[in-house]
Amino acid sequence: MSIAEDTDGTRRDFLNYATVGAATVATGAAIWPLIDQMNPSADVMAFSVMLVDVGSLEVGTQITVKWQGKPVFIRRRSEADISLARSIRLNDLVDPIARNANRDPKADASDANRTLDEAGEWLVQMGVCTHLGCVPIGDGAGDFGGWFCPCHGSHYDSAGRIRKGPAPENLPVPIARFVDETTIQLGEVA
Amino acid sequence: MAGIPHDHYEPKTGAEQWLHRRLPIVGLLYDTIMIPTPKNLNWMWIWGIVLTFCLVLQIVTGIVLAMHYTPHVDYAFASVEHIMRNVNGGFMLRYLHANGASLFFVAVYLHIFRGLYYGSYKAPREITWIIGMLIYLAMMATAFMGYVLPWGQMSFWGATVITGLFGAIPGIGESIQTWLLGGPAVDNATLNRFFSLHYLLPFVIAALVAIHIWAFHSTGNNNPTGVEVRRTSKQEAQKDTLPFWPYFVMKDLFALAIVLLVFFAIVGFMPNYLGHPDNYIEANPLSTPAHIVPEWYFLPFYAILRAFTADVWIVQIVQFITFGIIDAKFFGVLAMFGAIAVMALAPWLDTSSVRSGRYRPVFKWWFAVFCVNFVVLTWVGAMPTDGIYPYISLIASTYWFAYFLVILPLLGVIEKPLAAPATIEEDFNAHYSPATGGTKTIVAE
Amino acid sequence: MIRKLTLTAATALALTGGAAMAAGEAHTHDVDFSFEGPFGAFDQHQLQRGLQVYTEVCSACHGMKFVPIRTLSDEGGPALPADQVRAYATQFTVTDAETGEDREGKPTDHFPNSALENAPDLSLMTKARAGFHGPLGTGLSQLFNGMGGPEHMYSVLTGYTEVPACAVDNEPDGFYYNEAFANGSVPDSCKDEHGASTVAGSWIAMPPPLFDDMVTYADGHEASEHAMAEDVTAFLTWAAEPKMMARKQAGFTAVVFLTILSVLLYLTNKRIWANAKGKKKTV
Repeated sequence: MSIAEDTDGTRRDFLNYATVGAATVATGAAIWPLIDQMNPSADVMAFSVMLVDVGSLEVGTQITVKWQGKPVFIRRRSEADISLARSIRLNDLVDPIARNANRDPKADASDANRTLDEAGEWLVQMGVCTHLGCVPIGDGAGDFGGWFCPCHGSHYDSAGRIRKGPAPENLPVPIARFVDETTIQLGEVA
Repeated sequence: MAGIPHDHYEPKTGAEQWLHRRLPIVGLLYDTIMIPTPKNLNWMWIWGIVLTFCLVLQIVTGIVLAMHYTPHVDYAFASVEHIMRNVNGGFMLRYLHANGASLFFVAVYLHIFRGLYYGSYKAPREITWIIGMLIYLAMMATAFMGYVLPWGQMSFWGATVITGLFGAIPGIGESIQTWLLGGPAVDNATLNRFFSLHYLLPFVIAALVAIHIWAFHSTGNNNPTGVEVRRTSKQEAQKDTLPFWPYFVMKDLFALAIVLLVFFAIVGFMPNYLGHPDNYIEANPLSTPAHIVPEWYFLPFYAILRAFTADVWIVQIVQFITFGIIDAKFFGVLAMFGAIAVMALAPWLDTSSVRSGRYRPVFKWWFAVFCVNFVVLTWVGAMPTDGIYPYISLIASTYWFAYFLVILPLLGVIEKPLAAPATIEEDFNAHYSPATGGTKTIVAE
Repeated sequence: MIRKLTLTAATALALTGGAAMAAGEAHTHDVDFSFEGPFGAFDQHQLQRGLQVYTEVCSACHGMKFVPIRTLSDEGGPALPADQVRAYATQFTVTDAETGEDREGKPTDHFPNSALENAPDLSLMTKARAGFHGPLGTGLSQLFNGMGGPEHMYSVLTGYTEVPACAVDNEPDGFYYNEAFANGSVPDSCKDEHGASTVAGSWIAMPPPLFDDMVTYADGHEASEHAMAEDVTAFLTWAAEPKMMARKQAGFTAVVFLTILSVLLYLTNKRIWANAKGKKKTV
């Protein structure tokens, strides 16, 4: 190696780094679309928001709607449901976290943190057992006046909180809000 | 690997030796990537890398497109619209796949024509050439079946017309056609099997490509002089060659980047330029488009297919002496496949003792006409079948056959070739001064 | 702004596909659409006006069954607010795929099918006309003059003229003469001895669709026949190729990046070969 070649060294290194860097960026840019195409497509995403008309729902009854391919329980609870749920002490709960996507992730599982309205009349939750994904039976089923999963015997109370059985967590509450008096919107974005 | 003497992989560490005794895969990769390559390869030797890239591009985009595509007559068209409208980046993936097919054929034609000019098909590279022809046939089959999948009007009627070619085979033609289609006409069964085969064939091509590379790595690359690398000793071979990595890898990557620049400009700004508008209209078995045109890369052979009509005397003679078994329709089919067959036979039809066209003064002219003729065939294949066009396609088709069957055999006998350089090193040094930094100067090409 | 270009019969023949009966010339007008060129983008207000024309005029016969209504709120498209899209969707009656019952349309539904058997689906027809490739099918006019499918559609929408002299008293029933539409037939009295047409355009089954002030634009924009034709053409171009902006952007990014990469690879390649070649000299 002559001295003249040595002084070229830094410029050569730079060229190597730049070329390898640019080629790496190009490869990354080429790979990302191949990964992203497996994410939910626009037509699937369009169902991420759903409006549910609950105007005809009687007190003490519930409806199940399919949202994003999964069942969602919307229950208009009776006074009995509410007082039963609110009488339970937090210490008695298996899962002390609210599991409510509309609240702080650390919010406790008090009944008020589970429901849609302050009065506690409206309870919206995913109808998917947190154990292995079966759909629990509703309308006061199970030992705690809420839901009961027939697959492996998990009991949820009238606020959808796990009380007995193998399921580890309370039934999750999805993002939901009233857009008018009788319409609940499931999912984000207006 | 046999052939040019060169350094081989030496496992150094214990782990390397352990692996090498059990599976010499690193050695195989080393030999492949470090293969001694003639120093003097010019820019026509880049198309192999472009083709390899195309194959990978088509397989990768094809696999992800298949995740969203539905091979059923009721859903195929809608699923393509779904890809274009809903799937994340789907419009880009599909345009890349559709235009990727065109890039593939541009590259393969340039690759083949490079081989034809520099005599890459000649001994001892006949197997490389034949495998290449098989790859080309598999590419055509794959592209044809892929074009059917969007289930547009051209998809449907293209499939109808091309499978109809098999119906021209005397006697058993109709049974073959029915067997190919899975019914009396192009329908769901056809679409389903075409999808299956369209997915399969690229992997067959990949295997053939591996054999193709194996073959020419055994014989060594051809080069613009057609002179073989000296093989008596490693030292001598090193004067004629440079290792593939990094010299030719970087050169090919640079060329690939330029090719892709043009490719992405087309995909981004005029992605439907090479497609046919009618394919955006859903297939309708009850209404034929007025003018059925295959994709551009089939046009030369489509022109040959259509050139031999019943009023051409050679067709009439053949029909007469075969008692009508070979009619005009079947003759056209034979001519189309024959056109590729005579090209595949080039190694045995070319009698010249000189390999490269660079040192064949008369051949050069006939080859230039052959190239122009190919462009004419492409153009005339898209033209209607009235007026002057049938005459043009007949003349151009005849030249195609004459080039292989008459010109190549005769030229080898008649022509007085120029003197080729004795070695590759000589040719290389004629263009570039030696590595010593000397200032030898010769006229550049 | 509007130039009049005359394309030859051969052009129309090579391009529109429906060549069998094509004859004569077709008059195509150049329009300066906002979405032309490498950086062109859809004009949101024009698309909204075009949607209005489509809804009030075209949709009586034509459908767009592959276009989801929700995409009307897409950025880069008409970008209608979500509540307006919901309200828009309610005008359609849809048979629910799950319950099999008729219900009000929702944004997740598609536009309806064509109401008439012979009225083509407009998003598909527009997409097919993207293959309208300028003189001799080279596509060069589209590239350099911005003359393409949208211009063809605009010209057909506004191309209804007087019946040519040769065809007076020989007009086919239920057809209209259109100077920009070369795919239809012409009466024998308008053909020369070789069977080639002597007039521009041909007969078309679609009645003249647009008249001045047929719609009242919400934004108060002028609603002349030409303005409406431009607006609805822009809207249909979006409906056919909603990702056009994203595609051009991806293409542009790729070209810029590959240019940089090419330069770097060129230099690297040159450096690697410098050892082997020494200095290249020419005489």
